[in-house]
Amino acid sequence: MAAMPRNDLLLFAGFTLAVLTMPIWLAPFGAAYPDLLQRFMIFGIFAVGFNILFGLTGYLSFGHAAFFGVGSYAAVWSFKLLSLDVIPAMIFAIIVSGLFALVIGYISLRRSGIYFSILTLAFAQMSYNMAYSVLTPITNGETGLQLTQSDPRHLDSALAATVVGQPIPTLLGQSLGGFSGFYFCAGFLIIAFFLAQRITGSPFGMMLKGIKTNQTRMHYTGFNTKPYTLAAFVISGMYAGLAGALLAVTDPLAGAERMQWTASGEVVLMTILGGAGTLVGPVIGAWLIKYFENIFSAINDGILRRFFDFLPDGVDSAMVTVASKFVGEGWFLTLGLVFVIIVIFLPGGIMEGVRRIAHLFNRAPKAPGKANPQPQPAE
Amino acid sequence: MTILKRGFSRRRVLQTGMAGILATGITPMIFSRGAWAQEFCNNPTGDTVTFGLNLPLTGAYAEEGADEQKAYELAVQHLNGEGDGGLLTLLQPSALKGNGILGKKVAFVTSDSQTKADVARAGATRMIERDGAIMVTGGSSSAEAIAVQGLCQEMGVIFMAGLTHSNDTTGKDKRRYGFRHFFNAYQSGVGLAPLLGQEYGTDRRAYHLTADYTWGWTQEESIKNATEALGWETVQTVRTPLGTTDYSQYLTPILNSGADVLILNHYGLDMVNSLPQAVQFGLRDRQANGKDFQVVTPLISELMAKGAGEAVKGVFGTSNWHWNLQDPGTIAFTKSFGAAYGSPPSQAAHTAYVQALLYADAVERAGTFYPPEVIKALEGFEFDGMGNGPTLYRAEDHQCIKNVLVVRGNESPTSEFDVLNIVQETPREAVAYDPAIFGGDLGPAEPAPICA
Repeated sequence: MAAMPRNDLLLFAGFTLAVLTMPIWLAPFGAAYPDLLQRFMIFGIFAVGFNILFGLTGYLSFGHAAFFGVGSYAAVWSFKLLSLDVIPAMIFAIIVSGLFALVIGYISLRRSGIYFSILTLAFAQMSYNMAYSVLTPITNGETGLQLTQSDPRHLDSALAATVVGQPIPTLLGQSLGGFSGFYFCAGFLIIAFFLAQRITGSPFGMMLKGIKTNQTRMHYTGFNTKPYTLAAFVISGMYAGLAGALLAVTDPLAGAERMQWTASGEVVLMTILGGAGTLVGPVIGAWLIKYFENIFSAINDGILRRFFDFLPDGVDSAMVTVASKFVGEGWFLTLGLVFVIIVIFLPGGIMEGVRRIAHLFNRAPKAPGKANPQPQPAE
Repeated sequence: MTILKRGFSRRRVLQTGMAGILATGITPMIFSRGAWAQEFCNNPTGDTVTFGLNLPLTGAYAEEGADEQKAYELAVQHLNGEGDGGLLTLLQPSALKGNGILGKKVAFVTSDSQTKADVARAGATRMIERDGAIMVTGGSSSAEAIAVQGLCQEMGVIFMAGLTHSNDTTGKDKRRYGFRHFFNAYQSGVGLAPLLGQEYGTDRRAYHLTADYTWGWTQEESIKNATEALGWETVQTVRTPLGTTDYSQYLTPILNSGADVLILNHYGLDMVNSLPQAVQFGLRDRQANGKDFQVVTPLISELMAKGAGEAVKGVFGTSNWHWNLQDPGTIAFTKSFGAAYGSPPSQAAHTAYVQALLYADAVERAGTFYPPEVIKALEGFEFDGMGNGPTLYRAEDHQCIKNVLVVRGNESPTSEFDVLNIVQETPREAVAYDPAIFGGDLGPAEPAPICA
């Protein structure tokens, strides 16, 4: 900690504070219920990990949901075969997704740019289809892998621990439902964020940035970039596996849908929306998208009608008709609009907006009347 | 990061940081304190009680989901004493008063489950945690139903399954907090097979196309067992992913397989796609093994028959219920649904409506919303007047035992809704079975889990 630059420390402290107080400051937005908060944490971890590969190293993977899904399946299998305790499940999930990332990364990283993206997309879609069909004995296909009372749980039965009712994952005998589940995930997001911050600041992180800027030049300088990109790929795969395992911890059901290409695309959207290459950006992007998904998709005509009640008759029903296209099932439309607006006006994502505002406040007193500084696209 | 360029000393930062961490360390206690105020999950304290409707509004079963939503809205109106009352007065025995449930007005929240188990579970969690749903209901896919049922058992919230036909829902994966009014694949097989034997003979060779998830698997198994008991031979069973739109690659191999019956274990949009494609493929015009080639759809609903159009004519299947039945319950429900939405209700709508009423009635009889008491009121409940004849909510597996309808695609429909004819009503004694054959364990009702 001591070696951290002051700005990094400040950012980390602020981030920790913001995460831990989420149940308070999100309450006015109707988002302070455990399930959504847990999702905020889980997809935050997913996005932070993705950013190590995409934002830092410059490799756009379109198949990260595969590692997410593998992490979930591994965790659920650990619940089924070993123990309901989350510790072995999470270790197991991270190891399995890491190995999986090693294999896929080793092959995909033979190419870069668009070819790399297509390769990862192909692998992810392959995993999805296998989980859906061929591997049904392992994944239970469309039905999803669930815990049952009759699972063997060898470790638990060796310790003579008995389960009453529906088996749920526990942490050393402590149930992880509701807000305790949120704080559990929040702890991991903070650790994940801290690690990502240290990686970014380390010589290894410098190397990754170098690869992003100009890989050919790195080669000419005498560096073998392969181990570095592969390491970044595996690390980000393990992050995804951790996120997938946490999702299985808070909700012990693993479905193949979470490996689909739309899920892979979602994390790309999160990262770009928040600001690729920045540390906080992807997390904010993840929170925003999950918020939109959970809140906007739940708004129905009845709620809109109450909201537009103050308008005169006719006008209010017209407003409801228009607005209803953007909420409920149509929330993707809202998301799409927001995404387009951000990409056009803030190519560096939300973090660029933050930076511009900060710039405005810093400069304004010094040079009044001066035009806004030229925006810098995020790295 | 350059948000704050100047200003804070390191000491200041550490101080505020520590204060923040300490403060947030206390917050979990503030939040968990609220949990002691209620002795069970989402105990309704105000003057309303909320149902959580978990419906597939997109995906392969979207049409069923939309119809279910209409039915739930109707049921909520009727429970609150609005509208024409529907089946409220016809349920026998009934404790319903038409003034809400236990005097509390019924409200509802909805969530789109996208015909995906994962999403359905997230939606149900949201409705329980954020919206305080006392009961979750709905669903058009057994994968969803099983996923949500497990969740409800964890949370201590009653789940009244909507359309789910897999044997596993009240078999292998049955739960104490889950209840199903709809019939299941086993009952379809037993109900349909005798008629298939009569019509198509006992020496047929069947080829199965099956939706690849829990419902398809049990549907295939059940109809396979039932037809093999007739003397039919199963040539091959092929699994197709849920939501497939083009079945040509699955249909071509049938031509040279030596089969003379195609059994489509599909539902919803899957069947709306597969059945017409099979017919356009010329399967029904073919002769195989010296017999006319036939197509059978073990589970069919009016919505799908409508979607499949011409292709459904003459095809056999089973239904849970049909709007053309002539008992007072069916007539009243069809009238009230038709008046509200301008079309007759589907079997999905019917089961959704009945489930909502049965839950409300059980709460009235129990005199409390406390789930274990409501469960006791539902278990072994024998009722009538809901359009299916006398019905028993079996205590052993929470499966309703009632008559099964065998239907056939109408050759000369008089209207766009008149697409299925009821051929036979298989009595409930014939489709009852020993609940032990599917295994599974309901689990305990008490202590009632307390959700966060």
